[in-house]
Amino acid sequence: MNSNFDRSLSREDVMRRRASLLQRLHIDGQLLLLLVILISGGLFVLYSASGKNWDLLFKQAASFGIGLVAMFIVAQFEPRFMARWVPVGYVLGVLLLVVVDVMGHNAMGATRWINIPGVIRFQPSELMKIIMPATIAWYLSKRSLPPRLQHLAISLLLIGIPFALIVRQPDLGTALLVLTSGAFVTFMAGLRWRWIVSALLAIVPVAVGMWTFVMHNYQKQRVLTFLDPESDPLGTGWNIIQSKAAIGSGGVFGKGWLLGTQSHLDFLPESHTDFIIAVLGEEFGLVGICLLLLVYLLLVARGLVITAQAQTLFGKLLAGSLTMTFFIYVFINIGMVSGLLPVVGVPLPFISYGGTSMVTLMTGFGILMSIHTHRKWIAQV
Amino acid sequence: MPQPIRIKDHERDARLVRKRVVVGAVAIVLLVCVLIARLYFLQVIQYEYHSTLSENNRVHVQPIPPTRGLIFDRNGVIIADNRPSFSLTMTRERAGAEWRGLLDVIVEVLELSPDDRNLFEKRMRQGRRPFEPVPILFELSEEQIARIAVNQFRLPGVEVVAQLVRHYPLGEHFAHSVGYVGRINEAELKVLDPINYSGTHHIGKTGIERFYEAELHGQVGYEEVETNARGRVSRVLKRTDPLPGKDIRLTLDVQLQKAAEAALAGRRGAVVAIDPSNGDVLAMVSQPSFNPNLFVTGIGFKAYAELRDSIDRPLFNRVLRGLYPPGSTIKPAVAVAGLDSGVVTGASRVFDPGFYQLPNYEHKYRNWNRTGDGWVNMEMAIMRSNDTYFYDLAHKLGVDRLGKYLGQFGIGQKVSLDMFEESAGLMPSREWKRARYRQAWYPGETLILGIGQGYMQTTPLQLAQVTALLANQGKWYRPHLAKEIGGVAPIDPNPPADIRLHDPRSWQQASNGMQQVMHGARGTARKVGDTALYRIAGKSGTAQVVAIKQGEKYDRSKVQERHRDHALFIGFAPADKPQIAVAVMVENGESGSGVAAPVVKQVLDAWLLGPDGQLKAEYRGPVSAVSKQP
Repeated sequence: MNSNFDRSLSREDVMRRRASLLQRLHIDGQLLLLLVILISGGLFVLYSASGKNWDLLFKQAASFGIGLVAMFIVAQFEPRFMARWVPVGYVLGVLLLVVVDVMGHNAMGATRWINIPGVIRFQPSELMKIIMPATIAWYLSKRSLPPRLQHLAISLLLIGIPFALIVRQPDLGTALLVLTSGAFVTFMAGLRWRWIVSALLAIVPVAVGMWTFVMHNYQKQRVLTFLDPESDPLGTGWNIIQSKAAIGSGGVFGKGWLLGTQSHLDFLPESHTDFIIAVLGEEFGLVGICLLLLVYLLLVARGLVITAQAQTLFGKLLAGSLTMTFFIYVFINIGMVSGLLPVVGVPLPFISYGGTSMVTLMTGFGILMSIHTHRKWIAQV
Repeated sequence: MPQPIRIKDHERDARLVRKRVVVGAVAIVLLVCVLIARLYFLQVIQYEYHSTLSENNRVHVQPIPPTRGLIFDRNGVIIADNRPSFSLTMTRERAGAEWRGLLDVIVEVLELSPDDRNLFEKRMRQGRRPFEPVPILFELSEEQIARIAVNQFRLPGVEVVAQLVRHYPLGEHFAHSVGYVGRINEAELKVLDPINYSGTHHIGKTGIERFYEAELHGQVGYEEVETNARGRVSRVLKRTDPLPGKDIRLTLDVQLQKAAEAALAGRRGAVVAIDPSNGDVLAMVSQPSFNPNLFVTGIGFKAYAELRDSIDRPLFNRVLRGLYPPGSTIKPAVAVAGLDSGVVTGASRVFDPGFYQLPNYEHKYRNWNRTGDGWVNMEMAIMRSNDTYFYDLAHKLGVDRLGKYLGQFGIGQKVSLDMFEESAGLMPSREWKRARYRQAWYPGETLILGIGQGYMQTTPLQLAQVTALLANQGKWYRPHLAKEIGGVAPIDPNPPADIRLHDPRSWQQASNGMQQVMHGARGTARKVGDTALYRIAGKSGTAQVVAIKQGEKYDRSKVQERHRDHALFIGFAPADKPQIAVAVMVENGESGSGVAAPVVKQVLDAWLLGPDGQLKAEYRGPVSAVSKQP
């Protein structure tokens, strides 16, 4: 078996490792390069989508800077150190969610924010996107794989508490993403296929139940509009119709940068946040979106390579889940803007305007880098 | 296999995870394929559809109203023009539900009266298209514009707009002929071409403005503009200029019109002057008149009620809608009918004892001159306006032949080419009476038709046309107001047949009679004729307002002023080479030769005399030159 124990290093590997400053800084060069490409491209699109708003552009660049710092700091922690503190983080996160539930900042009929004026204003649910997979990875990495029923049950309980709290905010989109990130850990941990199939089959009654008891009117409206956007073209269906028109009118090569009429003439709502892909599709066409998808695919591929090469089980499970969740963001966002999925309010990673999401994602990539760069090379030789 | 101690098999775990990584990678690639397929569907297969959708989103077409054609008199004096004017408009959709409150604010800001507010509200309720700004106040002053600007923040959806508004610089003079434009109302909105009128607020309501609406309006232009989702225009992509309406040059003459009005000297009445050589209407007066400018911007209820309810009926177009028995003015035409049908000759005579009796009837049909004129021939009958002669003539002709001839003169039918809402008048017949009263025609009714009384009704325009036909010996030109539309003379699509007599000399006989009226020793209008520098052919008439019973005498002192007879007079001149034919009706004027004839004379003078007070050289014929000798 070609395990890590009998793996020998080539001369070049040794040379590169010694030469690499990035390696010593615990930064993964490939990920960093892809992120920089993605965000630079994203700023171009944002410039157009925001109506040439330099202010917004600087804020986004600043968010990227903060994200880089967060990524750099997170990357310095050893995965083992993280694993040790994850349970504390989980408890803290759940407590913050409870606090939000009790006295949160109100925005758009949904309570999502913790706001200490002048100090900090953030969403604990965003924090949960990182803590959730880490917690399940920490829990399952100590058990034998594939997870048994009782371990799975405890995992589901661990996922269920924050999920329920976030749904109560209510923020179904984020709740589902948090659920997904936890679920991906169980999937990476080798969850038995027959359980996966049964879970998928169980979605139907659960969905019916959610519709009847859990969902708010505006969420129901979103689903109804999704099913038939033409039914209310000036009301709730407006977003989807306009975004489809924007993407569709871009054609293969697009209308050209800054020449998209849908977004520049304000037909496209939220064109610089959740619906920014429509601007890209309109101005750069199918080619532009495919190039973007290629960059995303490369990022995901690198993430999966890191997953495969991770030395600890905790690292493997966490890296796998983070990577898959990242892709799910991309899929849901593009799917929703192009009319495949309901509008659930998921931003397009690194392209949509928004600091919180940027920092969270960069933190995630920081963890990936940490997992990859803290491997014990010398011990292996 | 007992396992008291479970050892973690790291190698197995790593393999398991790696398998799942592969499964995940495959799933991711599949999902990306789904996304690309979706985008391919939207951007390639449905490209046309979404492209159109996006284009429709951004491009809107805005109408540009054409400039309305101008109206000039025959000499190029402007009668209707367009003036730039600032109006206050309100768009109800943008003003919101509180638009009534905004009206209060406007009234307060501009210090207007509650009456104005009611008018605003009325205008807001009138027919309009969605999102169309409705003009509520016109001709804003500089100060008013400034006040609105200062208070703009309180007035969403309220704007000051510059637009061209119709203006009639000559005011009352042409209200009845040229008419006026007014706001498009709901009924009109339904029948108008919605595209061509998409930018237009006004439409011709009466007169020339109405009749030639299609020519005056022009063709709408449009601008393709790029708008954002809130409808704000960001730039103009394409512009098609509107085609301005055609200018119209009228046959009317401002000077003659004013002279004719002056000739009426404040009396109610109508004057029509026609050029018999081509049917040009030179003057068309209906007095009293009104200021058409009031109607352009929308007249207030009170002002309108005043006009509508006035006992003088200023809104009533007497020339086209006023129906009067022609009285004795019809006698020359009846004479022509008699001559042409052969029932009389110029020399045949009738004895007038002061009345006429049908054989076997007791009833005496009186001559106006109770003592009788003795033996009268045709020329004398016209000169003296002898009723007995024409009773006899009408009896000989019979109602059928009389109706046929008078029909040829235009009685009982619309005669004009381009006048809005002209009345047809009435030429009674046996069939008409049977249908109308379910009665047979009585011979006595034929008799009074011969002197222009009875059922017969004519408009002043028809009388003028009869005069023109007498002047030009039966050549039919429909009276018309438009001389040129966009430089092109209008063509009569359905010209009536000329009146062809067996002996054209019959015209001359009728004309001679009419000249005797003016210039004969016993002519009824000799007092007026004596003052003329040229020979006039004329005929007086009286239209009864209330019937006089048998044996009763018309006593003016007993008759209320408004019930007095209308005075009529027709005439053309110079008699041998007619240049102008005039018909005058003076309401309650009583005496055709005394009251209406001087009006005719003044109109003729205004047209025929030069600035030196002499007949213009071009109108001097050999005969009139002779007649001018003192």
